[in-house]
Amino acid sequence: MAVPNFETTIGLEVHVELKTNSKAMSPSPVQYGAEPNANTNVIDWGYPGVLPQANKGALEYGMMAALALNAEVTRDLHWDRKNYFYPDNPKAYQITQQQEPIGRNGWLEIEFEGEKKRVGITELHVEEDAGKNTHGTDGYSYVDLNRQGTPLIEIVGAPDISSPDEAYAYLEALRQAIQFTGISDVKMQEGSMRVDANISIRPVGSKEYGTKVELKNLNSFNYVRKALAFEEDRHAKIYMAGGTIKQQTRRFDEATGETILMREKETADDYRYFPEPDLTPVHVTDEWIAEVRAKLPESATERKARYVDELGLEVYDSEVLTQTLAMANFFDATVAEGADPKRSANYLMGDVNAYLNEKQVDLEETALTPAHLAGMIKLIDDGTISTKMAKKVFAAITQGEDPVEYVEANGLKQLSDPAVLTPIIDGILDDNEQSIIDFHNGKDRAVGFLVGKIMKETKGNANPNVVNELLMAGLQARKPE
Amino acid sequence: MDFLHTDLETLHEQLVNKEITAVELAEATLSNIAATDDTYEAFITVMKDEALAEAKAIDEAGIDPDNILSGIPYGIKDNLVTKGVTTTAASKILQNFKPIYDATVIEKLRANGAVGVGKLNMDEFAMGSTSETSYYRKTKNAWDQTKVPGGSSGGSAVAVAAGQVPFALGTDTGGSIRQPAAFNGIVGMKPTYGRVSRWGVIAFASSLDQVGVFTRTVKDNARVLSAMAGQDEKDQTSSDIAVPDFTANLTGDIKGLKIAVPTEYFGAGINADVKATIKAGIAKLQELGAEVEEVSLPHTKYGVAAYYILGSAEASSNLQRFDGIRYGFRPEGVKNLDDLYVQTRSQGFGDEVKRRIMLGTYSLSAGTYDAFFKKAAQVRTLMNEDFQNVFAKYDLIIAPTTPNVAYNFGANEDDPEVTYMNDVLTIPVNMAGLPGMSVPAGFVNGLPVGMQFIANRFQEETIYRAAYAYEQATRLFEQVPGGNK
Repeated sequence: MAVPNFETTIGLEVHVELKTNSKAMSPSPVQYGAEPNANTNVIDWGYPGVLPQANKGALEYGMMAALALNAEVTRDLHWDRKNYFYPDNPKAYQITQQQEPIGRNGWLEIEFEGEKKRVGITELHVEEDAGKNTHGTDGYSYVDLNRQGTPLIEIVGAPDISSPDEAYAYLEALRQAIQFTGISDVKMQEGSMRVDANISIRPVGSKEYGTKVELKNLNSFNYVRKALAFEEDRHAKIYMAGGTIKQQTRRFDEATGETILMREKETADDYRYFPEPDLTPVHVTDEWIAEVRAKLPESATERKARYVDELGLEVYDSEVLTQTLAMANFFDATVAEGADPKRSANYLMGDVNAYLNEKQVDLEETALTPAHLAGMIKLIDDGTISTKMAKKVFAAITQGEDPVEYVEANGLKQLSDPAVLTPIIDGILDDNEQSIIDFHNGKDRAVGFLVGKIMKETKGNANPNVVNELLMAGLQARKPE
Repeated sequence: MDFLHTDLETLHEQLVNKEITAVELAEATLSNIAATDDTYEAFITVMKDEALAEAKAIDEAGIDPDNILSGIPYGIKDNLVTKGVTTTAASKILQNFKPIYDATVIEKLRANGAVGVGKLNMDEFAMGSTSETSYYRKTKNAWDQTKVPGGSSGGSAVAVAAGQVPFALGTDTGGSIRQPAAFNGIVGMKPTYGRVSRWGVIAFASSLDQVGVFTRTVKDNARVLSAMAGQDEKDQTSSDIAVPDFTANLTGDIKGLKIAVPTEYFGAGINADVKATIKAGIAKLQELGAEVEEVSLPHTKYGVAAYYILGSAEASSNLQRFDGIRYGFRPEGVKNLDDLYVQTRSQGFGDEVKRRIMLGTYSLSAGTYDAFFKKAAQVRTLMNEDFQNVFAKYDLIIAPTTPNVAYNFGANEDDPEVTYMNDVLTIPVNMAGLPGMSVPAGFVNGLPVGMQFIANRFQEETIYRAAYAYEQATRLFEQVPGGNK
């Protein structure tokens, strides 16, 4: 909801957890959902005498994100220490890239209300995540350091966004762009994507920005939108009443849909940044960038174009298929297995999506495979099964069954052989002379009646096309004198 | 037994020829430590059980005739973590801290058969030049027990100088190996930054810290460093430059060696007798065939100030992890979590450590970073350039190690700045990441004087070659505390 006479300025800071095998600064594994502190070692504990071991893979993933977001890759990097004391941060500093972020001056194209727009990416930096504190009901607080040291990229967006809805569109586009690089799962619910928002409003035409407020605890894109809309409104009311906005950090309360004051900032935090002396500076060569660029998978934009231009899909279909990387990959693999692209697309957008919605699961969590889907589609196309039979086969392949074996085992094969069907059809015509007469008198219903008989006789396994053909031939042959 | 009149080669021969077993050698070392350490107070922890068990294992496997360190006892500065053995960095805050892993240097020496016999006293977190800031012991100079042993690796230097161990490990951030080596009349090497892994060194100032070794002779020193040095994947600042056999060029021949003598290292603050001793040493090197010229290192005078800013800044960050939660000292009767943090640090850190944490925190703060940390980092670059200009033309720099010989306990306790200035001749080497070694050069008032040999990065060989020639010509190592042999 836009606020009359004011314009809104929004900038989003997005943290994305990188899907590396090991942590940013230690060889501990990165894995979601392990036993507390199972994935830790002396480095993650900040134990006396330890040194960080920078993971080259995390830096490469950072470069991938920078390239995917059209940013300049910084050539001479060094790590910095950000000092702050907190129980989930045992060495009391975070290793980050304050002075030389891996990427600068990028942009992301978003489509909003039918218009294309570029939102600036001020910088991207690679850093390590902190652990997690939980407060038990037994009076103790617990620290889990599994997440400590997990590599992150922080994507600092420019304040180019002018409405909560546009912020939502930006986040969707960003999630998609990052997901298609394969560097992160970008799942808000698992914390592999986290969003902080800055918002201010100012009277239309004003040169100065209004005072900005930082929003935290935004656990879904929808909450981001709601929190921003709430703030937009709150600021406008305060300004209209002659008040002033204070520089604050606020959190979103999901139950009430309102934002709540966390803290007021009088002065900026002093993190006492300085170059990390335990790690050597890194020089990024042209060759390295070329190597990383070559590893970068096809982006969503590139895939959409390919689906339309090469596979002949509708634009709408190409957009649906590229909403998630898993879906797009599944589609590509199904087509690679020899299935017809249009039919593959229809199945994925129809039955598969319906199945995922019904079960509330992600595609990669199901037993469905591209080979099985392609197998089923081929059985339809070569007439082995009918689309009606395919409903049963689809249910079976969602359970991991092989479509060919399933059709075989359950006698679902369509009867298409004229040598088998002709005697059956002849027998039925012999028994139903009235229908033949009706047909030749122009009563089309007779055909439906006869087909029904044939289907019943063949337990529904007859290929309708073949049946139709043979039946028509039989009827013509028995034209009454 | 003591190790005042023997070297590694002799000990190795005795072990190989079974004149003595590794266990007997360890037992003799431990009993000598027990007999003498009330006098010197060099050790914080004696590793009796561990040493005897390791020596026994070596005897059972047989002394390795090709490895000179096989079965040799040694001492460890207490800021190097040792698995299962209390490691305090001489701080109350790490009281009873038993690490669960070994420092890389400890692993390497063990793989070579060396037997750690104890953890040595030092200044708390290696901050100090006299070992007086230790929470645990008051180490005495090996030559005169009324004098300081130097620091921060005072225990390591005294243990070697007093013959308690044939060699000991130290760390050097601003002179902490070379200065106590000088004060106790032994050889102390701080290798090039990146030459030896820092994995398992309880960090003081990460960009300056380096592990090194104390011995009585240059050749022994070269042998131990050969075993310790090399790249370590656990320390990404360690270098992949190949480690040569540091004993290879110990021929005594230094003809044509180009030596630079920096004017600034013979300035007003340097004791006249120390200067004279070093000048005589330089003359000896010339006599041996070296070419000597005077040079200038113009930014030397900013070294101490820049060092105390950078070193303290890094320390203020490194020491934040000591909070009383996961290991070490925890105070009694605290009110809440914040009080636990406050009391842990108030009671657990000594004055010098607190002073440096405050200095470092201040120099990194938003309003002061540019004037302090950044400026000091610029000074460091200039100092490095000074050295590179000299090493473009010369092989080696010779200078005094310290402005004075060892002084009385408590001499500068009212004015830490005076103590800080004692590091004026050793700090530049750390700032530029160079190798530097102190070698005995004579005596002033019956106390040892050290001569400092400084080479370009990864040129330890040059230092050893020149120092060996000098040592063989002067044979000062034959003079030991309590009389000559």
